[in-house]
Amino acid sequence: MTTATSTADRSPAPQLRRPLTAARLPRWAPAGIAVLSIALACAIGAGAGLASHLQWGVIAALLFVSISYGVAAKVEGHRQAKDRFFTSLVWTAFVLAVVPLVALLVYTFQQGSSVVDGNFLNHSMRGVLSSGPGGGIYHALLGTLQQVGLATLIAAPIGLLTAVYLVEYGRGRLAAAVTFFVDVMTGIPSIVAGLFILSVWNLALGFDYSGFSGSLALAILMMPVVVRSTEEMLKLVPNELREAAFALGVPKWKTILRVVIPTAIGGITTGVMLAVARITGETAPVLMLVFVSDSINTDPFNGPQMNLPVYIWQQYGYNNQYSYARAWGAALVLIAVVMGLNLIARGIARWRSPKTGH
Amino acid sequence: MKLQRNGRSKALAIGAVALVSSLSLAACGSDNNNSSAGSTGGTGGSSTSAAAIKCADKQAPMLAAGSTAQGTAIDVWKAAFGAACPSSTLNYSGGGSGAGVQQFNQGKVTFAGSDAALKATEVEASKAVCTGGGQGIDLPMVGGLVSIIFNVQGVDHLVLDAPTLAKIFDSQITKWNAPEIAALNPGVTLPAADIQAFHRSDDSGTTQNLTAYLAKASNGAWAYPAAKTWAGKGGQSAAQSAGVSAQVKSVPNSIGYAELSYAQQNNLKSASIATGASKPVDATAVNAATTIATAKSAGASNPNDLALSLDYATKAEGAYPIVLVTYEIVCDKGNKPETLDTLKAFLNYTISDAGQHAIGDKGYVPLPKEVSDKVKTVIGTLS
Amino acid sequence: MTSSPPGVPRETTEASTETSPRRRSSLQGNSRRGDSIFRGASAGSGILLLVIMAAIAGFLIYRSSIAINKDTTSFLTTFEWDPDNIQKPSFGIAVLVFGTLVSAAIAMVIAVPVAIGIALFISHYAPRRIAQPFAYLVDLLAAVPSIIYGLWGALFLVPHLGGLNSWLDHYLGWTYIFKLSHPGAPARSLFTVGILLAIMVLPIITAVSREVFRQVPRMHEEAALALGATRWEMIRTAVLPFGRPGIISASMLGLGRALGETIAVATVLSASNVLSLHLLDAGGGTFAQNIALKFGEAGSVGKDALMASGLVLFVITLLVNGAARMIVARRKEYSGANS
Repeated sequence: MTTATSTADRSPAPQLRRPLTAARLPRWAPAGIAVLSIALACAIGAGAGLASHLQWGVIAALLFVSISYGVAAKVEGHRQAKDRFFTSLVWTAFVLAVVPLVALLVYTFQQGSSVVDGNFLNHSMRGVLSSGPGGGIYHALLGTLQQVGLATLIAAPIGLLTAVYLVEYGRGRLAAAVTFFVDVMTGIPSIVAGLFILSVWNLALGFDYSGFSGSLALAILMMPVVVRSTEEMLKLVPNELREAAFALGVPKWKTILRVVIPTAIGGITTGVMLAVARITGETAPVLMLVFVSDSINTDPFNGPQMNLPVYIWQQYGYNNQYSYARAWGAALVLIAVVMGLNLIARGIARWRSPKTGH
Repeated sequence: MKLQRNGRSKALAIGAVALVSSLSLAACGSDNNNSSAGSTGGTGGSSTSAAAIKCADKQAPMLAAGSTAQGTAIDVWKAAFGAACPSSTLNYSGGGSGAGVQQFNQGKVTFAGSDAALKATEVEASKAVCTGGGQGIDLPMVGGLVSIIFNVQGVDHLVLDAPTLAKIFDSQITKWNAPEIAALNPGVTLPAADIQAFHRSDDSGTTQNLTAYLAKASNGAWAYPAAKTWAGKGGQSAAQSAGVSAQVKSVPNSIGYAELSYAQQNNLKSASIATGASKPVDATAVNAATTIATAKSAGASNPNDLALSLDYATKAEGAYPIVLVTYEIVCDKGNKPETLDTLKAFLNYTISDAGQHAIGDKGYVPLPKEVSDKVKTVIGTLS
Repeated sequence: MTSSPPGVPRETTEASTETSPRRRSSLQGNSRRGDSIFRGASAGSGILLLVIMAAIAGFLIYRSSIAINKDTTSFLTTFEWDPDNIQKPSFGIAVLVFGTLVSAAIAMVIAVPVAIGIALFISHYAPRRIAQPFAYLVDLLAAVPSIIYGLWGALFLVPHLGGLNSWLDHYLGWTYIFKLSHPGAPARSLFTVGILLAIMVLPIITAVSREVFRQVPRMHEEAALALGATRWEMIRTAVLPFGRPGIISASMLGLGRALGETIAVATVLSASNVLSLHLLDAGGGTFAQNIALKFGEAGSVGKDALMASGLVLFVITLLVNGAARMIVARRKEYSGANS
């Protein structure tokens, strides 16, 4: 996007009455206005005695947007001012989003980093009192990786193929029905998915609690997210590419596999990872289907397992300083795990993608 | 081009590192928490009570589910029991009494923990699981008390009685310096602030016991029946005892209710209750034990069912009225043969003096001898 | 992930040069078999998904019908939730419908513009040096489990919103909606939940919109710039119209999470059976939160009643999605595929 940026910077306002080189705000203007409005907001906030810093932030944001519009309108003219206005809005959105998001991460890090060490990572909670220190998350980490892995193995191929079907083949009633049900599926409360698996798999078919029954529920939750995001990405692949491939005599399936999917692989990966991230953080269905365990169970098909979100929920419920620290520590690890998976997926996507970077 | 290749290999390298680290992680997990930091917590219970634990001849892993009120007690017990009998792993899922009983009746767990005795319909349903003419029975196991926790600046000691409590929780009294509260607390400077009352947003046995007390002892000030669901007007709600105590801790001028262990862990003050005895009763385990000792049998048709009927309106000296008893629900006949031995060994430990003593300092109430003797007899007859 | 036109055709030619000799020898047979296998597999997945969904829907409808038959009051207009009352089971979803819709609407009103802003920032405004790490940061936040959002919301966000709430009450209290009935009470309201949900769905909407914006054909953008458009005019005429169906889809994904969010809402909201238009006052409830809180102690009717409420959530999601689909369908000319 660097070209777009530089082109935009270079393009002067085509207003003939003004000289082309004049009537531009200096390059430091946005930064200057930002500093000015933050200072003003602090002054107003402190002056009016506003207790919440949120209010200061809101005032600063409003000031920034309006000052940059006003100044630009005065100096550069209407169209440039509008451009400045939206640029400042976009920057404000960025800052608005960064503040709570960073606050959340920093908070989690502050609360959790003190307990995370080697012992925490490779020990289970077996024999540890909830009201005492010590113990670890190994059993939960292992459970999460296995359950999410199994769920992804089930849901990602089905979701991907369904999206391919909807975009490339789907016509008529079946496609309409699938679209309809995928839409409904995005609205399943996670606990309902859990109950469904419980009723069918554990009660009607009589299987015992295991990591795998949790995976089944997670797979149900994952599918619609994969389908919808993949569908969206496949639709964006220009038709010209498909037509070019067909014109060269490439069969349709090969066009899809070698042209359409590789073109959209970045977006598809993002979609799958969003889905993985979502199910990795699920508590309710897992609690119902995987049961809980304090000990390591390496077999996801047999016996109760643990899972990181359930672990966090459980430790939060114990409600003492040690269990709180463990809960936040586990949260930190969970975020790191999902981020790691994300990076791996992106690495693979970049490696398989036809474009050499961007 | 060069840059781009770098980017790609960097991504691959990160991926490889993550993969390798996760693989190495998979190789070195350990269940043994006794060597390091865990030892302070883990062996605290087991060293004192190891002698009291007699492992089953045929050890087996057990699943159990139910009440969150007894969560910490089970936690203490399973740490000690697991240390003494390594093959008898117990996994306890605290999803609520109702969920526990349901899982028990589905045959998915060895025993359930419940804050309320089995209802007739639940007993009926249990007959499908307890094979050979057995049925689900209630064994009182964990005594506890619901403490009225408060957070009012400058007030260390607060006395309340049932009608006042009922009005506070029903938003009929909304200021801390209301005459009803002031009358019970002579000499205490109460702030003129609004009362922030917190109750449970989830259904729970704790709410059931508190409202049972209010309904019985408040002379009609509490107009609702005893129920798991909160019925009072106004106030705010929070999920689970952990949520209520976290709110009371952080919100000034607040009041709420939670099991004693939550009050202790959060350093929250508990109100004393004016019951009609000569002086107000503090929320302590000893005072709750006095009340539980006077509990009568609920008179279930099955003699093995030891459900208790608690006297919430007690006026005895030093008897704290808002108590709760958590039952372990098992089959009297027809428990699963593979876990029966382990179940009996575990329950024999928990009802033993050592077992009851181990939870005494965690905010629970050791059961009085007259109750625990009966429970021991019934455990011996389980089959 | 910009669509760089030079790269893809090269791949296409590679593919065709690779296959053409083989294809010539085996004529159409191979490709047709491959085609039918692939088509069958993808259609099969679609059907499998359909079967699973139909099973869940059937399961829900069956359980709901049991409960609704036992309900002694009107399911749609009752406020109380007391299904396990043996004499008089009564439960209704009025509060839940209101709470779910309002909190999700607040979340969408806040999150969608901000998310579009961030996505544009990453794809079109930010210097690459900032954009790349920031994109990762946003993805990272999609990974934060909801229980953490809940804890953070209860311990950090609620205390910090007190000032903003009294401010809103002071200046906008006359609107009735922003009236605070109990100043000083912790802000565990639908409004707070809406803000928390906005933060939660922000990463989802941003991530998908960003990918969509990156797929905007470079030609369109350059054409707009060549005509002398400012950057904003280029975005308005080339990027946003192209990305619109994608933005809507992304918002629907976010909305799905906002509507169905359980643990975070249960931790932050002070649930009650009161339906109040004072959005800043504590109280109200949402479907998923209600299911999670009532499930543990629910009896058999109670469980079925919760299923019935789940079914309503289904229907709501369906209606919202249907509306979105219709909007997208009207703009189909921008879709690259031949659907």
